[in-house]
Amino acid sequence: CGTMLTNISNVLRACAQRNVSALYTTVCEILDFILLQKCDTHKLDEAPATEVVMTREEGLQYYRTMQTMRRMELKADQLYKQKIIRGFCHLYDGQEACAVGIEASINLSDHLITAYRAHGYTYTRGGTVKEIMAELTGRRGGIAKGKGGSMHMYCKNFYGGNGIVGAQVPLGAGVALACKHQGRNELCVCLYGDGAANQGQIFETYNMAALWKLPVIFVCENNRYGMGTSVERAAASTDYYKRGEFIPGLRVDGMDVLCVREATRFAAEHCRSGKGPILMELQTYRYHGHSMSDPGVSYRTREEIQEVRSKSDPISMLKDRMLSNNMASVEELKEIDVEVRKEIEDAAQFATTDPEPPLEELCNHIFYNNPPLDVRGTHPWSKLKSVS
Amino acid sequence: MAAAARFFIRGANSRLSISGFGTGAQSCFGAALLRLSPGCSSRTKTQRRHASHFTYQPDPVPTQYGPTQKMNLFQSVTSALDNTLASDPTAVIFGEDVAFGGVFRCTVGLRDKYGKDRVFNTPLCEQGIVGFGIGVAVAGATAIAEIQFADYIYPAFDQIVNEAAKYRYRSGNLFDCGNLTIRAPWGCVGHGSLYHSQSPEAFFAHCPGIKVVIPRGPVQAKGLLLSCISDKNPCIFFEPKILYRAAVEQVPVEPYTIPLSQAEVLQEGSDVTLVAWGTQIHVMREVANMAQEKLGVSCEVIDLQTILPWDTETVCKSVVKTGRLLISHEAPITGGFAAEISSTVQEECFLNLEAPISRVCGYDTPFPHIFEPFYIPDKWKCLEAIKRMINY
Repeated sequence: CGTMLTNISNVLRACAQRNVSALYTTVCEILDFILLQKCDTHKLDEAPATEVVMTREEGLQYYRTMQTMRRMELKADQLYKQKIIRGFCHLYDGQEACAVGIEASINLSDHLITAYRAHGYTYTRGGTVKEIMAELTGRRGGIAKGKGGSMHMYCKNFYGGNGIVGAQVPLGAGVALACKHQGRNELCVCLYGDGAANQGQIFETYNMAALWKLPVIFVCENNRYGMGTSVERAAASTDYYKRGEFIPGLRVDGMDVLCVREATRFAAEHCRSGKGPILMELQTYRYHGHSMSDPGVSYRTREEIQEVRSKSDPISMLKDRMLSNNMASVEELKEIDVEVRKEIEDAAQFATTDPEPPLEELCNHIFYNNPPLDVRGTHPWSKLKSVS
Repeated sequence: MAAAARFFIRGANSRLSISGFGTGAQSCFGAALLRLSPGCSSRTKTQRRHASHFTYQPDPVPTQYGPTQKMNLFQSVTSALDNTLASDPTAVIFGEDVAFGGVFRCTVGLRDKYGKDRVFNTPLCEQGIVGFGIGVAVAGATAIAEIQFADYIYPAFDQIVNEAAKYRYRSGNLFDCGNLTIRAPWGCVGHGSLYHSQSPEAFFAHCPGIKVVIPRGPVQAKGLLLSCISDKNPCIFFEPKILYRAAVEQVPVEPYTIPLSQAEVLQEGSDVTLVAWGTQIHVMREVANMAQEKLGVSCEVIDLQTILPWDTETVCKSVVKTGRLLISHEAPITGGFAAEISSTVQEECFLNLEAPISRVCGYDTPFPHIFEPFYIPDKWKCLEAIKRMINY
């Protein structure tokens, strides 16, 4: 009953911003409460809400974002096979609900850090598709000026994009400490995968975060495979949400964007109220292999991938939900698809034709330096300049 | 932009036009560089970008070790590991994803042949892998640990430097972890960028107590790896990942060892000594040919093979003969291993030197993503250095 009241008050608050004539339609559209799967909890007395409300706008926005991310990753796959993108490329398709759900419950002024499967988060944190694709192809229009590539994309309050597994977690705790120290009511969402969950530095970070009550949400994106190793073969305990031991934990269905949203909302409240860190395990799945050089079928069956795609695909689930609750029509969603496709095509075009960064960039931004610094290189007589 | 271009090609080839630096000039610059290497004339722009900076030069077929078989680098590593597991019942191989064969297929078939208690996967924890390996070695079993990429070896750095290297010394020879060998793929690969291309041999060269070994091809790899495994000191064996498939040679099937701490003179010469290791040897061989053709300079090419402890005698003897030394490696120049070689050689052979010792190495930047072709010490930069030494 308490949740019903909160939901109704949320509804009315949302309605207060619209004019009265639209109120009736709005109320009809959103009074269908959506029932979610319950989360498993560890050391928590309460749990995230299971009866939630999603407005039409929210639904369409989630749909558009997830569809953009999906098409962007598929386009990256295509470009990689054409050798326009080179190097390492870790694709995020299948896991879109995690990025969108988390972003829905935090503000752009909060902080986020993740590992190398970062294209989705770069987008939800404010990067544009153009910048992301240009960074993948290593051009000057890229979000990191073409110097980072797939694994090193950054934007405001988004700290990447990190190649070394597990190294981003202590960093995230540090960001949270800075927020707490400077009295800003901001938190840090610190993501890592099921493979990284076995790294020593993660446990060091749990200890520090709990000891100093840092406002950090640890998120373990459990997509069942650490590269080619399934979780059963890598971890003594696959209950990743309990691994924080003294840190409260939640296990969430990571394929349902509303589940992720509610869990993040709950977790964010926990952090902001000063109770310290909290751990969320998002159970999700990736359709592609670990990276573009991994076909993804030598350690799992095609049937398994197909099953997840047909039963738990985040975009399909959201689409079905919206259609069955009459929140949108098939044509509307198709229109969004067409717009998204166009946006991706334009971005791919830009990414392919933008020139590469100028040669000076090779040495720039190594150190912070006031007068330009000399960089020694292949011959002692030719020094390049490093400007920062 | 044009100034930067001039840095790279000063004096090397006056036929190149350095008009500007947009896409057009870059591709013509790149094309001109590659046009001069054989077999690269008629390719599309994308293909030209991806041509490698060296041509692999295989060793002659070894006849003294018995029957041979055509193998590439990862197959020769598998062969060495196979020989070890067969002859040594205590040997175990572990690392990330080694069970299905490894990400570079170096351990294919071993788990099926020898059992899952001898070839097993570890979770994702480099520090844990090496620490665990040290323990296995101290207890008496032969431990062969794999670190998936040399770039990931840093969490294990403490274990290697503080534990493995010092075990024998601090226990007064009571305990040691000589049975430990760590294998890691090493070096640039064309598209690896910051974290899949590093060459960290210099970090470990600074640590007495361990041995660091880098082969240049399959025949060397198998012999050196078997030497490392049987060596009674903890060894780090770096395998040039760009050669895993590219390097094909006739490799003996029976086990054989190549002695550690012995540099190999690949080609005799009288004017300049060229020292390198791993992939860079093949670049140096091309440079030696180019120097002979274009400059009439006779080069002596030495493969250092063991970085620590390194063969000072062979290198110094060669420098005494030629009077000039060029050392080349992909790692950044400041503090790279070439500095150690250079310093020792000038101490030993000061009066024999005709020109300052030249080091052609990577720039002092992180290994770049898109700029890799400009970062690596390719044959043009080395040739330029030779010219300067000759005309000193």
